[in-house]
Amino acid sequence: MSSVSPSAYPDTESEKKPERKEWPLWEIFIRGQHGMSHRHVGSLHAPDAEMAIKNARDVYTRRNEGVSIWAVESRHIAATVPSEKGPLFEPSESKVYRHPTFFDIPDEVGQM
Amino acid sequence: MYAQMVKSTGKGVKTREEMSEDERAFQDKIDADTKIEPRDWMPEEYRKTLVRQIGQHAHSEIVGQLPEGNWITRAPTLERKMILLAKVQDEAGHGLYLYCAAETLGVSRDDLTEDLLSGKMKYSSIFNYPTLNWADIGAVGWLVDGAAIMNQVPLQRTSYGPYSRAMIRICKEESFHQRQGYDIMMKMAQGSPEQKRMAQDALDRFWYPSLMMFGPSDKDSVHSAQSMAWKIKINTNDELRQKFVDQTVPQAEYLGLSIPDPDLTWNEETGHYDFTEPNWQEFFDVIKGNGPCNTERMNDRTRAWEDGRWVREGLMAHARKKAARTAAE
Ligand SMILES: [Fe+2]
Ligand SMILES: [Fe+2]
Ligand SMILES: [Fe+2]
Repeated sequence: MSSVSPSAYPDTESEKKPERKEWPLWEIFIRGQHGMSHRHVGSLHAPDAEMAIKNARDVYTRRNEGVSIWAVESRHIAATVPSEKGPLFEPSESKVYRHPTFFDIPDEVGQM
Repeated sequence: MYAQMVKSTGKGVKTREEMSEDERAFQDKIDADTKIEPRDWMPEEYRKTLVRQIGQHAHSEIVGQLPEGNWITRAPTLERKMILLAKVQDEAGHGLYLYCAAETLGVSRDDLTEDLLSGKMKYSSIFNYPTLNWADIGAVGWLVDGAAIMNQVPLQRTSYGPYSRAMIRICKEESFHQRQGYDIMMKMAQGSPEQKRMAQDALDRFWYPSLMMFGPSDKDSVHSAQSMAWKIKINTNDELRQKFVDQTVPQAEYLGLSIPDPDLTWNEETGHYDFTEPNWQEFFDVIKGNGPCNTERMNDRTRAWEDGRWVREGLMAHARKKAARTAAE
């Protein structure tokens, strides 16, 4: 079983349903201030990238919440599978020596 | 509330022994305040209840634009008009945040809209009352948004991640709504005798429908018990209603307006106001579709959906054509 899924969301109902005519779903990322990274804020529907950005401005930045917007169609998001998060993240959990607190440095050494 | 009388399993809360292993692990996460995210395992009934609740909440935000939209072209000054426009635009945003949250549970936006238009899904009873004069816009912001805030603030801690995040965004924007409403009420209540009369009239008409927003008492409801165990409902309807009354009475006093309830009294012993319950028969009638504006609201939503179809389809066709052209280059 792969630990990568082609979607961030479950798709529990789509198989039985007729093909949807609605505008594609986009994920919106906003840089709140200069110097910060873009953060996921939510999603919206739009026919194309240009409209996605315009809608994102109206939906997610009505009160100076952002200086930059990224939009990516939701179907392009690859995601980890929650049920496999144990084995997937195990390598990081078992390596305590990656944290500085693993090492005892005598006080005389000073700030380190 | 914005989501009134949402049904869950109807079976009452399972004991730990009755739960499957998955259900037990799920409940443990909720008890430990770990958020549930879209791809995590969840009981089917949790998913379904959330779709109903978030969907109904989203529909309420959207339909709730109509009574206020009625006054955008009639606002008394350009400044009031701009403020009301911004407020109504926020409500559109609230609807969108919530539809997004519902979609993470595997339903489509169009299905939700069609379920609203077919009457399969509901919206809050409050939006079936008319806004007859400018003071009503004050009363709506003060009382209706005020009641919504009572409900939404605790929901920021709800167990479902996308719902909780939507509520956090919404709550940040709501206090502007309530304050702009109260500001209108202050102007009217401190204005000419005629203006003060209008303010009192608006309070008279919106008081009981606002109390109804919290829904009938649910202290014995199995649906509420399950929703509370799942942390998709945080307080009982009675608790929130009481809190709302306690907060609102002094605000009315400040305005010099009287709450239309002759039995309203401060209860020294409980530390709360005693008040008259709304007429629940009226509430059930409004929910059934017989409120003063149900037909008008649904007609407006249906017309917007149908008249907008060519725009939705046209923009999609344009996007496909543009994409094909770029691909060919
Ligand atoms: Fe809202
Ligand atoms: Fe609001
Ligand atoms: Fe609202």
